[in-house]
Amino acid sequence: MYKYDQYDQAMVDARVEEFRDQTRRRIAGLMTDDQFKPLRLKNGLYLQLHAYMLRIAIPYGTLDSGQLRKLAHIARTYDRGYGHFTTRQNLQFHWIKLEQAPDILAELAEVEMHCIQTSGESIRNVSADHYAGAAADEITDPRPWAEMLRQMTNFHPEFSYLPRKFKIAVIAAKEDRAAMRWHDFGLRIVKNAAGEIGFEVYPGGGMGRTPFIAYKARDFLPQHQIFSYLQAVLRVWNRHARRDNIHKQRMKILVHELGEEEFTRQVEEEFERFLALGTDFPQAEYDRIAAYFEPPAFETDAPDEIDLSDPDFKLWVERQTAPHKAPGYAITNISLKKVGAIGGDMTADQMDVVADLAERYSFDELRVSHVQNLVLPHVKKADLYAVWQALVEADLADVNLDLVTDIIACPGLDYCSLANARSIPVAQKIAQRFADLDRQRELGELKIKISGCINACGHHHAGNIGILGVDKKGSEAYQLLLGGSGDENTTQAKITGPGFDEDGVVDAVEKATDVYLRERADGERFLDTYRRIGMEPFKEAIYG
Amino acid sequence: VKIITGNDLKTGAVIWWDGRGWSLHVEDAADVGEHGEQILAGEDAACRVNGGYLLEAEREADGNVRPAHIKDRIRALGPTVRPDLTLKPADPNAGNWVI
Repeated sequence: MYKYDQYDQAMVDARVEEFRDQTRRRIAGLMTDDQFKPLRLKNGLYLQLHAYMLRIAIPYGTLDSGQLRKLAHIARTYDRGYGHFTTRQNLQFHWIKLEQAPDILAELAEVEMHCIQTSGESIRNVSADHYAGAAADEITDPRPWAEMLRQMTNFHPEFSYLPRKFKIAVIAAKEDRAAMRWHDFGLRIVKNAAGEIGFEVYPGGGMGRTPFIAYKARDFLPQHQIFSYLQAVLRVWNRHARRDNIHKQRMKILVHELGEEEFTRQVEEEFERFLALGTDFPQAEYDRIAAYFEPPAFETDAPDEIDLSDPDFKLWVERQTAPHKAPGYAITNISLKKVGAIGGDMTADQMDVVADLAERYSFDELRVSHVQNLVLPHVKKADLYAVWQALVEADLADVNLDLVTDIIACPGLDYCSLANARSIPVAQKIAQRFADLDRQRELGELKIKISGCINACGHHHAGNIGILGVDKKGSEAYQLLLGGSGDENTTQAKITGPGFDEDGVVDAVEKATDVYLRERADGERFLDTYRRIGMEPFKEAIYG
Repeated sequence: VKIITGNDLKTGAVIWWDGRGWSLHVEDAADVGEHGEQILAGEDAACRVNGGYLLEAEREADGNVRPAHIKDRIRALGPTVRPDLTLKPADPNAGNWVI
């Protein structure tokens, strides 16, 4: 994985000291809240319901064991012993003290981490396929490109005061595991007929109040022209964006209002200008960064067979592992969705356990998925049993990847000052309703996503079953949506009808699953059945 | 009644105006009547509170104050999904008070 050079380290260290001084001046009364707020947000420090919240960038979801141990240390020393992995592959601490925030940033800088551009009107943490560098189906590792985009956009003056936030995702496989088309700027690495690497380019996506799925603007953009293209997209957005109206500032709104054809035309025009300037990465720079992402030294004779005689282990292997590009290895998913627990939360002790496992069994690497789980990307199949036993010991061996209890939920009104309703208790009640593993397996792949407000941090637009919390005259209420997806066949979920209270929405989810079980054809997932039979049978069952 | 809340500038902790200073406990919150804006302006200028605001609340039979909106009741107690982290972890009725 990428390692800081002296410039990276100097920039991050300088930012820590700058923020230390800003914090000192705020506490001393030399700055007002209005003056300080944009400065703390530039360092990922929000004010939430109960305390300050610090959002830490995990670039493209990649961590090493030393970084995870540092996060565990921060959880114990400065927070309340746990952290929360987010739907943007980041980590949040929810109980931070302002007076300690500079010390935390200094601790993070020691392990090449920071909180820069995890908030504000900037290009946010670049996300990627969490199986990157390991997936059997990828064309190449997308992370060198994610890292280059990160380097080219962090601190870039033209991108420091964008109209609104801007999110990028990079994938390199047909299967989309990163909800790529729900981003402002989605990239899929492809090969053309000549075998050359380039990008399919998808601008204009995003969730929130006004959801749009990104459209394909380019079938093939030569790989070394990507920064010119990104600059052209941002230039057009910067030129036209509705800075006067917060609800119309995102780029997806501009794409919608200009139309895809006109937006593309203007981007292509700007693109030619940027190409002529020669601001793209030279091959040597690509090679320098790509070298950090060279595959680890996989054993060439690692056995492919797994002893599955332990039935619990067999269940876990079948559900939680995925094919690896190297023979004898497996990608291993660690569920953070224990039934009854809080999805995405992890204790400091669990972080230490997983850091040890990554160091011992996965070439010191681990990943955060946008579905709020962790991944050990490179585990020898011969080591899977030992890994599983350690996970069982740490209470991290749940078997529910992509099943009905593998629910995305934002922190909701339990923590978030923007939320209208709580998300976590709804997720917990649904998980408890479907706790029986046989029932979960019978239902198969079913992705439930819950947001506590219209900002959609819980990705409800992309849920096979989505739930949106709303404020109904001072009380919590929940809208139910069906048919969304963040995969390679991206679709936007549709609202079923009138909303429910907390228990009512759990019942409605169960009724929707009953319709699926009754109507499904052979081999159909919940989403397939919904797409075939449409909304009506579900509405009848839910409201009839 | 009208009460004032905000977050402690240094720690971020939820605090309630008790008439003379700031308390961690909503039951200490004072009815500020028509003086809310004036108090907020002074406390903000003194850099003792962050994001302070006025809110409606009701006085319960036991004399305690209950904020009108669920968001403020969750702020007063702590996350409903982590009773171990709330201000009243041993109180079985705390959840009912929020909802």
